[in-house]
Amino acid sequence: MIQYASIILIMLGLYGLLTNRNVIKIIISLNVFEIGLNLFIISVGYVDGGLAPILTGNSTSVLSFVDPLPHALVLTSIVIGVGTTALGLAFAKKIYAKYGTYEIDEMGVE
Amino acid sequence: MKKVLSLLVVLALGFGIINSLNQNSSFPKFGEADVSDRVSDRYINKNVTEENEEVIFGEDGYETGSSNFVTSIVANYRSFDTLGEVTVLFISAFGVALLFSKDSKRVSLNFKPNFMLRVGSRALFGLIIMTGIYISVHGHLTPGGGFPGGTMIASSILLLYLSNDSFRTKIKGFKLLEGFMGSLYVLIGVAGIYVTGYFLENFLDTGVVGDLFSAGIIPIVYVIIGLKVGSEIASIIDNFLTEEVS
Repeated sequence: MIQYASIILIMLGLYGLLTNRNVIKIIISLNVFEIGLNLFIISVGYVDGGLAPILTGNSTSVLSFVDPLPHALVLTSIVIGVGTTALGLAFAKKIYAKYGTYEIDEMGVE
Repeated sequence: MKKVLSLLVVLALGFGIINSLNQNSSFPKFGEADVSDRVSDRYINKNVTEENEEVIFGEDGYETGSSNFVTSIVANYRSFDTLGEVTVLFISAFGVALLFSKDSKRVSLNFKPNFMLRVGSRALFGLIIMTGIYISVHGHLTPGGGFPGGTMIASSILLLYLSNDSFRTKIKGFKLLEGFMGSLYVLIGVAGIYVTGYFLENFLDTGVVGDLFSAGIIPIVYVIIGLKVGSEIASIIDNFLTEEVS
């Protein structure tokens, strides 16, 4: 049931993307969207009472691990999120240097 | 008006997604995922081609000798995927560098770093960079690996930038290290073709599960990834902390 909270987070990010007209706020909304998506992927692999998917000397066959595949996929997604955020912020810095504002509505006047 | 409309769209979409997931019987309830029914079971038992058998800590002769299953997926089974991932990170770092290519003067900070900050950051720099390297090297045994380790290395560079107003790293050195590590990753993959016939296939001895020198190419690949990610993020930091010379 709790994994639907991450769907709500995704929808909050989408709402921010649709309504905001500020470049920085758009990038932050994109990040909220992405965090919700990552949480949802992680939650799909969760097993009640499962261990972290690392083999140690104490683990026996009775204990079960949580699904390691979503963790690996989310690792990829986090790294790509960092890259896109850095590139988006670089664009925002360039936009501010040219127009002197982050608001999309005030651009083009110079 | 626009806000009401987008609120309606978002509510409808969210309700649709939650409802369709709720109705779907093949979607597992939270905490009731059946790992033995999924492909991950093969990764946990370290056997993707033959029959399943239990993996025991401290023994050898498995497909991958990594005790961290996530690492064995990221750096061995899906290593080609990871190669694409570091390429995406490289392209974004390259794009940031292109956008700021004219800028070459260091941004001056709004505050004056005091004595404690300057001395403390120098003392902490070594500790943070050592922790980053430790996490990169032990990626196949403990949580972590090349990506978090590389980010910690870059955060130690950020500490130096914040504590000294006129500090700049040798950005050429980072670019060189990053390109060298990327080529080395591809070369390991090509060596896999030469020895076993498949790109990025493990061609070293997998060793005993739980040893530092085990798991074949996984630690090598993860140290390469750690240095590559660290140098990429450090060069992004340098690009953001420079400004145009007017």
